[in-house]
Amino acid sequence: MIIEKPHLSLFQKAYLPEVARGLWITMKHMLRKKPVTYEYPEKPKPVPANFRGLHRLIQRPGGRERCVACELCLTACPANCISMVAADPGDPNVEKYPLRYEIDTLRCIYCGFCEEACPCDAIELTPHYEFASSRREDFVQTKEKLLENNRYVPEAERVSNARTNETYLRV
Amino acid sequence: MTLPEFIPLIAKVLICFFVVLTLTAYLTLAERKFSAFIQDRIGPNRVGPLGLLQPLADGVKFIFKEDVIPAQVHKVYYILAPALLLVPALLGYVAIPFGDSVEIAGQTVPLQIANVDLGILYVLAIGGLSVYGLFMAGWASNNKYSLLGGLRASAQMVSYELTLGLSIVGALLVYGTTNLRDIVHQQTEYWMMFGVVPVPKWGIVFQPVGFILFLVSAFAESNRLPFDLPEAENELVGGYHTEYGSMKFAMFFMGEYTGMITLSGLIVTLFFGGWHVPGLEGAGLPANIIAAIGVGAFCVKVGFFLFLFIWVRWTLPRFRYDQLMGLSWKGVFPVALINVFLTGICLYLHHRSM
Repeated sequence: MIIEKPHLSLFQKAYLPEVARGLWITMKHMLRKKPVTYEYPEKPKPVPANFRGLHRLIQRPGGRERCVACELCLTACPANCISMVAADPGDPNVEKYPLRYEIDTLRCIYCGFCEEACPCDAIELTPHYEFASSRREDFVQTKEKLLENNRYVPEAERVSNARTNETYLRV
Repeated sequence: MTLPEFIPLIAKVLICFFVVLTLTAYLTLAERKFSAFIQDRIGPNRVGPLGLLQPLADGVKFIFKEDVIPAQVHKVYYILAPALLLVPALLGYVAIPFGDSVEIAGQTVPLQIANVDLGILYVLAIGGLSVYGLFMAGWASNNKYSLLGGLRASAQMVSYELTLGLSIVGALLVYGTTNLRDIVHQQTEYWMMFGVVPVPKWGIVFQPVGFILFLVSAFAESNRLPFDLPEAENELVGGYHTEYGSMKFAMFFMGEYTGMITLSGLIVTLFFGGWHVPGLEGAGLPANIIAAIGVGAFCVKVGFFLFLFIWVRWTLPRFRYDQLMGLSWKGVFPVALINVFLTGICLYLHHRSM
């Protein structure tokens, strides 16, 4: 293959006018453009509203979890990271509740299928993503931790009284 | 009581040494900051306010790093090379006048370390010595990349040495002297353009072509982009300083930046009137104050050219090696010759008409 040399005008061959043009471009960048840098640890990069980060269990007004231990999230989970032990709370209003509810966030792929599958809107992925640790245990989110994760969402969204599906949720 | 002559001299040497080395350190910061601004970034801002203590942190880092001498190197030359690069770069500054004379305790002190009669030749000759440092580093490293870098550096510097010298011959013809102090004094005079507009007799007015050629050669001589082939990172790892670490590596950098300062000083002295501020003589200020303002003006002018060095570096891509040599021998060299020729004719006609 023969690549033909581009034909340059005398103006371009003289280098200097083109050099001056290049200098003008960089000068414009220096003076006008704002830096694109996010100074991350000090100023976190804003995440989109539907960002899928750390999980939380939404609370009922009394502080108890909305989860009714239907195990649909567990079934939907492609990474098998949710484990659950269901029990009878002894509360006439609640038929079943999760005695243990654990998410292994090291296995989780943050697909959000649990939140899709949940008929009670009891689990949700918050925008929080800074939970690095050097200990493996810290990544297993127990029920208590998941309820505490409510602090990563605005106050108004922490407790839900919505009646999403009467079959499963009797408040 | 008059001061012994050596006291102001030693003071000048110490001040210049300190200022040049500090400036060298801060040039690295300026380089990184301006590159960041050009690329829409922020640049170093962690050490001190606005990152102003970054050079200090870098220096501490370089000093405390382990000084590895690779097993395969020629030890003597390997250790000698960085010094051979840095020392000529520092020496070059000696002949450059950074201000007019000041009166201290009844003694006239010229603001220049040594008033060398062959000033310009001295600076060029000393600057030319730095090629030994580069080539010695490349050879002593006993490494293919370093050797190639050293070879490129020496070929490039020898070629551009020629154009660097030739491009100022025109200016020297106009000034009729090689003493840098006399050159600046000549530039403080005025010339009436069209008989009405007073224009300072700066070198740029009479030698615009010479200035551009000298600027291009200066970029090549200091091994800066767009002519930084000796250290072309993507081809030669690091070029001649591939095998160097810790303070020796830092010395190569200091040599490069000090060379930039000296060349900027030379450009200002030859083409931009040195310390001269147009119109200041008529302001009726005491001589010492005018001299101080002159030193400031000199620093501002040098600062502009240092900025230009950085600005160009982050604008232009690197030349290919044949393009580099072509530019030197087929571009700058003939134009410089023509410039000398035309300057000679003009001067001849000018003297005949007088």
